[in-house]
Parts: sequence; structure tokens; C-alpha cells
Amino acid sequence: MYLDAASSQRLHPAAHDTLLAALERGYGDPRRLHGRGRDARLLLDNARAVVAEALGAQPDEITFTASGTDAVHRGLLGLASTTGLSGIVHSAVEHSSVLHAVEWRESSAHASIAVDPAGRVDLEALAVASRRDGVAVVALQAANQEVGTLQPVDELDLPGGVPLFMDAAAAVGHVVLPRRWDALAASAHKWGGPAGVGVLAVRRGTRWTNPFPGEDELENPAGFPNVPAALAAAAALQAVLAEREQVATRQFEMVERIRRAAAGLPDTEVVGDPIARLPHLVTFSCLYVGGDEIVTDLAQRGYGVASGSACTASTLEPSHVLAAMGALTHGNVRVSLDRDTTDDQVDGFCAALVESVTAIRARAGL
Amino acid sequence: MLELDCRDLPCPRPIIELAKALPSVAVGDLLAVVARDPAARYDVPAWCRMRGQEYVGEDLADDHLPRYTVRRLS
Repeated sequence: MYLDAASSQRLHPAAHDTLLAALERGYGDPRRLHGRGRDARLLLDNARAVVAEALGAQPDEITFTASGTDAVHRGLLGLASTTGLSGIVHSAVEHSSVLHAVEWRESSAHASIAVDPAGRVDLEALAVASRRDGVAVVALQAANQEVGTLQPVDELDLPGGVPLFMDAAAAVGHVVLPRRWDALAASAHKWGGPAGVGVLAVRRGTRWTNPFPGEDELENPAGFPNVPAALAAAAALQAVLAEREQVATRQFEMVERIRRAAAGLPDTEVVGDPIARLPHLVTFSCLYVGGDEIVTDLAQRGYGVASGSACTASTLEPSHVLAAMGALTHGNVRVSLDRDTTDDQVDGFCAALVESVTAIRARAGL
Repeated sequence: MLELDCRDLPCPRPIIELAKALPSVAVGDLLAVVARDPAARYDVPAWCRMRGQEYVGEDLADDHLPRYTVRRLS
């Protein structure tokens, strides 16, 4: 049972069929004026229009990039590049692609803003920090990728001239998006599109330049576009949004049951906002349990989950999100539901979780 | 003060050792754990919060490795 949809989703059936059809028709260079070029241009424009509508944007505000990470780097650094300033103010719980972009561009004006124990950014501190000298851009995610907490993006109070970059990768397809962004990044494989398709949206009138080699236009800044994959991503997004409310309502309740089961375990803490959260995702930490132990044990019982614990990370550092929240970093499990996950599967997981944690603690002599 | 040598123990063993050693100190007394494990910096305070003990703070052991001190409250 795959319970790691927030890492990467199975290709949506709508995307599957579209992808196969588009592979036949969409291989030409969309800049050319011949038949194959026009075919590819038509498909690409169609993809942009669909994605634009889904994100509450205009088609000419949308471009496809090589990945969500690529979209974040180009979006965030591209906003900063135009200002002559270098400071990036961001929440402490942004995705690592945002933090890497911040580190890449050295500045004494960078600021990381604290979050509360639920993972929600301190709006007042963010407003103050955004008014300091040298600040080029503010970055705030729509929802947190590890704990699911929604960020109050629309409540942000920013000074004029400081654009807002919103990483929406965890949120697109799951919740209604905030509206007040100037640039947005997303990733198709997080909503059921193919991997290798990022989306960068930059509002008309927002100053943005390509921070990497190449032309400054928003048209294909990351090189030759993967037209069939972009169209498949758009088809998946359209299909996902058509059923979003229904799926989200079901997932929200299933996650609520997992939250209750986890909270019922001794010495276990469910982290993230219980209400203002993504519908399909829950994270909890169990005292005295290794993150790698529980992920492996649950896998043996047939359940694939993620973990933010240090021992499961390539860096051997604990999750910066859990650390910023003051949450327990070991024994961490992140469960994220597929659109097809059933009540029975959730019940099975809850039972397996209790057995797994009990067995691991018994082995540790506790 | 009882000091636990968890220098070379991986996460979450320093916290397990802390929990096992707690009954051996009197209520009000201090207990410290020395650990290289980078998770201990976050997990010792989190353990104190979850188990109702007091997190006193972080300093350095004689060999300059981080040492985390807690006070037994219950």
C-alpha cells in the first residue's frame, strides 16, 4: 500500500492517455512555423492555458521547467535578480529547494522567519523583516510539504515593491490556492502528472529575469520544452481539480482517523495544524523509535511511508521543518494518501502502526 | 550530576538512554547526555516537553562535544 503520494504520485489515468497521444504529435519544435512545429505549439499552448486556469493565472504567465526544484530556483532567484538587492526573507520551513536557492545567493539581508509549534509562520515577524534594507523578495509556501500546515499567504503584509514568491508544490491539486503571489512554483508529479515537469508562473507586470544563462523571456527558460509531458501534466491537473473537493473531503476524514490512531499511541506526538492543513497528509513522531526502523518495519508489513528523521536522510541531519517547529525529530512518519486510498486500507495501516511501534519499543527495552 | 556517554550512539539511542537513566536520579537533580547525534539538539528538549521534565540547556563536555542537561521534575 503506497502511502507516500506527497513524495510522488502515480500517473493519473487522464495523463497516461494524453501522454501517449501527445508523444505521437508533439515532438516538433514549437518555435517553428511548419506543420509539426505548429502541432507542438498548439499542444504547448493548450497545456499553458489549462494550467493557467487551474492556478488562477493567465496563459502567458505560465512556463514549464525541468522540475519543481528548477521552477523554484528560476522563480525565486529571477525575482531577486531584477531588484539590485539580494536579501530573501523566507519561513524557516520552506522546501529545501528554496533554502538552497537562498544559500546560493549570499546576502547579509537574508532572514529566516520562525514558525509556531504547528508550523505556521510568524506573520508579524515576516512583515517586519520584509521592511528591512536590502530585501529583494519574500518566499512563503502555500502549504508545508512535511507536516501539511497551510501558510497564511493571503494575510501577508508586505511593503510595495517587494514581490512574493510562493512555492505551491505541496498544495496544488489538494487545496484552494492563495491568490496574492507574484511568482509561483509547482511540480507535476506531486499532482499526478509526469515527473520532470515543473511549473513557473510569473504575474504580468512582475519584474523577473532569467537568473541562469539564456534569454530573459518566460518562454522556455529551461531549454527545449517537453511538450507531451507538459500536456499530460495539464490533463492530470484538470482531472484532479474536477474531483478535488470530493477527494479532499474523503481524505481529510481518513487523515483525521490516522491522526487519532497515532495520538492514541503512548509518547507519540502528531505534528502540524489539525484543521488548517492539507487534506491528504499527516506527520507524527514516536519517542524511542528510529525513523529508519519504523519505515522499514511498516514496509515489511506492506505500507510505504516517508520519514523526516535524520537516519532516513542522505545528510543524516534531522528535518529542518520538525526542528523549526520544536517537534520530536526521531521516530518520524509522514503518511500521504493517494486519491484511491480506501477506509479499509487506512484501518489496516492504523492497526499495523500500533503493532510496529509496540514491537520496536519492546526491542529497545522500553 | 549524572552524565551519560552517548557520544557514538545513533539517533534515537541517546534519548532511549536518557529515559532509562531518569529513575536513577532524584527528583530535582540534573542528568546530562553527551551526544554527537545532530538530532539530540532537538530531541532532548522535545523529550523533556513530552515527558514533563525540565530542559536546562546545552553546553560543551570536556572533549568539546555537545552536552544536553535536563532536570528531573517527576
